[in-house]
Amino acid sequence: MDLHIAGQSPDRDERAAVDSVLGPLQSEKAESYHLQQERPVRSQRHLLLPVLHAINSRIGWISPGALNYACGRLNLPPAEAFGVADFYGLFSMVRRPRTVIHVCDDIACLIRGAPAICQHLEGRLGPAGAAKPSDSLTWLRSPCLGLCERAPAALVSAAGPEPRECALAPTTADAVLAAAQQPESEPEPAPAPASLSVPQQGQPGLRLLRRVGRLQPESLDDHLAQGGFEALRRAIDLGPERVIGEIMDSKLVGRGGAAFPAGRKWEAVYRARSSQPVRYLVCNADESEPGTFKDRVIMEEDPYLLIESMTIAGLATGCEKGFLYIRGEYPLAFERLSHAIRQARHHGFLGKRILNLDLSFDIEIRRGAGAYICGEETALFNSIEGYRGEPRNKPPFPTEVGLFGRPTLVNNVETLVNVPGIVLWGGRSFAAVGTPRSTGTKLFCLSGHVGRPGVYEVPFGASLAGLLELAGGVGGNGRLQGVLIGGAAGAFLSPRELDTPMTFEGTRAIGAALGSAVVMPFDDSVDLSRILLRIAAFFRNESCGQCVPCRVGTVRQEEALSRLFGGNVQGVGQAPSHLAEIGQVMSDASICGLGHTASSAVQSALARWAEFSGPRQGLNPDD
Amino acid sequence: MEKKKPATQERFSFNESAPCPTVPVPPGPIPAPPPAAPRNEVTLTVDDKRVGVPEGSTLLEACRALGIDTPTLCYLENLNPVNVCRVCVVELEGSRTLVPACSRRVENGMVIRTDSERVRLSRRMVLEFLASSVDVSTAPELQAYLEQYGGQPERYGPAAPPEASGEPGTERAGVHCPTDGRTAATVAQPVKIDNDLYIRDYGKCILCYKCVQACGEEAQNTFAIAVAGRGFDSRISTEYSVPLPDSACVYCGNCIGVCPTGALMFKSEYDMREAGAWKESEQQRTDTICPYCGVGCTLTLHVQDNQIVKATSPLDQEVTRGHLCIKGRFGWQFVRGKGRKK
Repeated sequence: MDLHIAGQSPDRDERAAVDSVLGPLQSEKAESYHLQQERPVRSQRHLLLPVLHAINSRIGWISPGALNYACGRLNLPPAEAFGVADFYGLFSMVRRPRTVIHVCDDIACLIRGAPAICQHLEGRLGPAGAAKPSDSLTWLRSPCLGLCERAPAALVSAAGPEPRECALAPTTADAVLAAAQQPESEPEPAPAPASLSVPQQGQPGLRLLRRVGRLQPESLDDHLAQGGFEALRRAIDLGPERVIGEIMDSKLVGRGGAAFPAGRKWEAVYRARSSQPVRYLVCNADESEPGTFKDRVIMEEDPYLLIESMTIAGLATGCEKGFLYIRGEYPLAFERLSHAIRQARHHGFLGKRILNLDLSFDIEIRRGAGAYICGEETALFNSIEGYRGEPRNKPPFPTEVGLFGRPTLVNNVETLVNVPGIVLWGGRSFAAVGTPRSTGTKLFCLSGHVGRPGVYEVPFGASLAGLLELAGGVGGNGRLQGVLIGGAAGAFLSPRELDTPMTFEGTRAIGAALGSAVVMPFDDSVDLSRILLRIAAFFRNESCGQCVPCRVGTVRQEEALSRLFGGNVQGVGQAPSHLAEIGQVMSDASICGLGHTASSAVQSALARWAEFSGPRQGLNPDD
Repeated sequence: MEKKKPATQERFSFNESAPCPTVPVPPGPIPAPPPAAPRNEVTLTVDDKRVGVPEGSTLLEACRALGIDTPTLCYLENLNPVNVCRVCVVELEGSRTLVPACSRRVENGMVIRTDSERVRLSRRMVLEFLASSVDVSTAPELQAYLEQYGGQPERYGPAAPPEASGEPGTERAGVHCPTDGRTAATVAQPVKIDNDLYIRDYGKCILCYKCVQACGEEAQNTFAIAVAGRGFDSRISTEYSVPLPDSACVYCGNCIGVCPTGALMFKSEYDMREAGAWKESEQQRTDTICPYCGVGCTLTLHVQDNQIVKATSPLDQEVTRGHLCIKGRFGWQFVRGKGRKK
């Protein structure tokens, strides 16, 4: 391949941004990045996403000069790099103001003040995204920012040599504007206390959340003083096969939504060692399901727990390298994890000789850039490899052909942080908690109209009503209309289904799924048609566009719903017959889970429509 | 780097007394490639019929072995299947979802249904989705399938007016204008005419990825175009949508060769269609050898009214596999050049 790079050359800032990831050019010659000798012989494509992040956070957008320079350094065709950059919602391909306010207008924030913030910003700054490049700041609407327990939420990012990012929740329009206009010299606001996100903080009986709020998240000493890395020592004593045996005994299943037995994945990757010496571990921390924030809380409040868990997984399955793919909208979690990884490496818990033994494992952290689809495991691989985050067809499954074509163990954050407990206390004792088919404890994300929103840890088996009671009952006006479980890809339940056990088998029995364990009640002041339209818009925005059923189906679904709710409000009985067919082709023929579940919430709500009592009038899709 | 000598050179013997040819020509016919290693046979059931096909075959090949008509759009024999259009889906017993026949490998004991209600619904919906969002007027194959499966693309409402910017998908990924649902969104946009050889009418693009494959690692290795944007705004684009003459394009035209809908078209064909002079049924196709270099690619010349109107190459041709270079694809104007000696 001959690289054809035409057009603009990089200026000093653009070079500096790219060099901050790739290191300075060897040769002094300004144009030498065009020369073959300055180009890597082997593809460095996997560094594309970090390079794009560096450009976007320094220049404020992906400028042609910077992209050209990056392509020369990475030996990558500009058209390909452009296609990748243009895939992500956090990157801009056109010049825009350096300070950007992302206001979450997704379902949890929608019912808790987001419309007022948007209205206020529209009055002050004009419509979303309409600012001129010369303006000092702009604002955009954002899908769920994962701060639902403290809704409404916003994220402010300011590009420059010292880029700033801060999440604000709960917030107001004035607070957002103040944060966006704050001079660089001023200190950033302190993060919200853990007790706001974990109401159970400090209670006895917690397993995954036991240390939350009781340690300084940055402090390795704190972590060690509270039993940190004991499980790692125990796992090393046990050896890979016995660790995997314990995971099998625990009957731990994946907490990311698909509920696949974790032990089977571990074993498959371990077994591949003879034929495939290079294998990878991937921790899926691209938590983007609307209403989900449990992984964020763990990563922010107990980052060493995740590092210890990944190290155990890596050593047990023989993966020498782990990738931690964290969503781009989690600046605090990213910062704390990066710090914790450096600390752990410095103190011999990661790296070449772990605990001074002949064991090596290291973690590389990668940031997503605003794409829900990258939470799909194979799309996540493509994203790490520097391709568009488009899912791959399965089979082959990741345990055979995964990241960089190697056998890969991919687990969600919550799945992994169950591991230290299993190693310390044994798989059988883990399996004794919960129900026979849903073992252990589970983190639930309660938000929306609920008394005390937050992450709650309960042994499997609690009913939906039990969870609501634990979280202070129905909030809002106190009159429950319905509950969304599992997030945008989940299902709506009516008040008569409150005794549903919140287990994998219990939710499956009523045709729903536990998904990412979202529990979002709505009181009867909420116009559910508006929530459904927001969900339909979400899927339209987040479909990767690869396969026809999802690319066009999500559009036709939104159109059909708009027609339905915009016209005759009584008329669910007259729902366009093709709405069900759209749902069916998406769930039957799409490539990945996004398409398979894109109609699930809509279909479940329409099936229970008569049971929902909220207002249905005057829906204007434009407001 | 030092080039390796071809290992076969010494095997040929030449008549010393004969005038030495510049390029040694081995005597006899071209040696056949060594036979492929025998592959194990895999047995499966398709629509209640048992069929044995070689290991590694796809379900599509099994269906075709049985003579079962399976629609395909993004599949082409000379490219790796990307299974994105999903029109070839079939029902696999034990699978929660339908599976793409073009890429799913056969396994012993698979039970496949290609004619079930579920399969027909998915195929019909995929075809309707495409026909309601894309201009399929120059995609006769797609139209035929649409009719065969009883698709009614008009039920999604009248086509929405094209976006004000003229080019869909220039918004940031993950953003779209609110819809009232009265019209059906489409990818309609102006035709891109930025060179004399071929045009790009992305209002006819079904995003089958084939042009990107042909431009990239599966044929030309030029990588002038890629998929950009996301979701319904996904589109084929050069970097920052620069015109082709500013891009890496080398005008091999292999993208035109694989395009199933006429979104990519010879400028000559486009002009004739615009003038109403394109008469495909009256055209003759003649195979010949490209006159330019020693590779000797097979060219299929499409001739209308005794004039060449476009050039292609057969997909099953050993040398080209359907792909050509700029000279073979576009360099036939001299045949009807004014200054040509008679």
